[in-house]
Amino acid sequence: MTGPRDKRCTEDEAVAELRSGMTIGFGGWGSRRKPMSIVRAILRSDLTDLTVVSWGGPDVGLLCAAGKVKRLVYAFVSLDSIPLEPHFRNARQSGAIEDEPYDEGMFLLGLQAAAWRVPFLPTRVGLGSDLLRDNPRLRTVTSPYEDGEELVAAPAITLDAAFVHMNRADARGNGQYLGPDPYFDDLFLAAAEKRFLSAEQIVPTERLSEEGPPQSLVISRLLVDGVIEAPGGAHFTSCVPDYERDEAFQAQYVASARSPEAWAEFKAAWLDLSEADYQERVRRT
Amino acid sequence: MLHELVHRADVCVVAVAECFRGDGEILANPIGTIPMIGGRLARATFEPDLAMTDGEARLILDDAAFSWPDGPVVEHFNPYRHMFDWVWGGQRHVMMGATQIDRYGNQNIAAIGDYARPKVQLLGYRGAPGNTINDVTSYWVPNHSPAVLCEQVDTVCGIGYDRAAALGPRAARFHEIRRVVTNLCVLDFETPDRRMRLRSVHPGVTVEEVQGATGFDLVIPEEVPESRLPTPDELELLSSVIDPDGHRYREVPDG
Repeated sequence: MTGPRDKRCTEDEAVAELRSGMTIGFGGWGSRRKPMSIVRAILRSDLTDLTVVSWGGPDVGLLCAAGKVKRLVYAFVSLDSIPLEPHFRNARQSGAIEDEPYDEGMFLLGLQAAAWRVPFLPTRVGLGSDLLRDNPRLRTVTSPYEDGEELVAAPAITLDAAFVHMNRADARGNGQYLGPDPYFDDLFLAAAEKRFLSAEQIVPTERLSEEGPPQSLVISRLLVDGVIEAPGGAHFTSCVPDYERDEAFQAQYVASARSPEAWAEFKAAWLDLSEADYQERVRRT
Repeated sequence: MLHELVHRADVCVVAVAECFRGDGEILANPIGTIPMIGGRLARATFEPDLAMTDGEARLILDDAAFSWPDGPVVEHFNPYRHMFDWVWGGQRHVMMGATQIDRYGNQNIAAIGDYARPKVQLLGYRGAPGNTINDVTSYWVPNHSPAVLCEQVDTVCGIGYDRAAALGPRAARFHEIRRVVTNLCVLDFETPDRRMRLRSVHPGVTVEEVQGATGFDLVIPEEVPESRLPTPDELELLSSVIDPDGHRYREVPDG
């Protein structure tokens, strides 16, 4: 008798699967339901030269500030309550990262194309804009039908690895969101080779239906290789209804972009420590 | 003078509301404080069939712009992903902000200076290319100045009428920049060559002030009307239901 796979692992075990130079996608949106405990584990690792793919928030900012990012694939980076992401801005303005910009809907098509294993999906989005100047990957395509219309071919954004954070999951990798918006997390996983799901709580599968309706079960175990129990794993981004964004912490994070000294201080206080110590420190402050 | 009794922010709200007049049953998607208040005012008065978001993942029926103590009346689940169905299907009129906008309505929210190594990095392209090629778009500019309304934008995120014309009539058939509402005036593109035109000035603002605060030559008709004043009913709705906390006055103080 063979039992079902138990995919549980730790952040550090998941990050040990990564290599420098990989293309890595992060779920969530802006400063909402980001897999931050994974980002912190990457910050503790020796990984470098990453291509980061994200509807960006502090995941992007932290990885930029720590010098982990070679190339950024994105449509925007924002902290929501604080519109502009200061570490991302520093990285762009100092020329520290390569830039691959998209429109946010075109970005969706790129992940969808990767998930469906086609090289591109056609769209009107981008025509006439400077995206075709600023993103050298973008090409146009002519409709083979009688309309002959010229469209943008949104290229597949294929990921070596993807991480998403959910409210609940089971040990087999089924994931459940209980907040306002599923964002695009399933697409990140479907576009990736190595696929990891962290969650506030891992519960028995039968408990999932007590937590929310079937339509809240947006991640299937068919899309997941590893499951990480990460209470507070989205901190300091929001993970409604488990917790709201930690605005005071986010303000402190923003202040850390003011100078190298401020960043060093923030890093020593909040990043040069284990996830357990981080969570303990958050609880005490 | 009557205009001394009228708050500039209320005039801006009404000007935003007027952008949605005639839109019927579509998703009105104004982004920002005064845009959201203006959109709600349009729906509460002359465009009752507009659909509007709660600012996140739901379409709600409430007139209140930002706060629903008993929870809003939800009519539809509208997560981010679903928004692209409205955008690409052409059932939406969006009002965006602009860090720079030029005489043809090209808009920049991505970066100031050379894009490859920007002087000031902003949000990124966000949804501006997709919005402008697919949907009716208007803009809200709370700080009308030559830096914002400028000769040339550094990066074209939202495309203007010259870029749309260059694409040809088929590719650009869904493109429409309806209006630009600022803290000083209302602008449109209802000119033969689609250059930006001064449509009305807010009470207390002169045509010369508007031109002086604009980094290019506006098309200025011989007669420039004053922007419409809010009616007593509209003012009552704004202060008792739509924005009782007065968020609009914090965004646009009186000139």
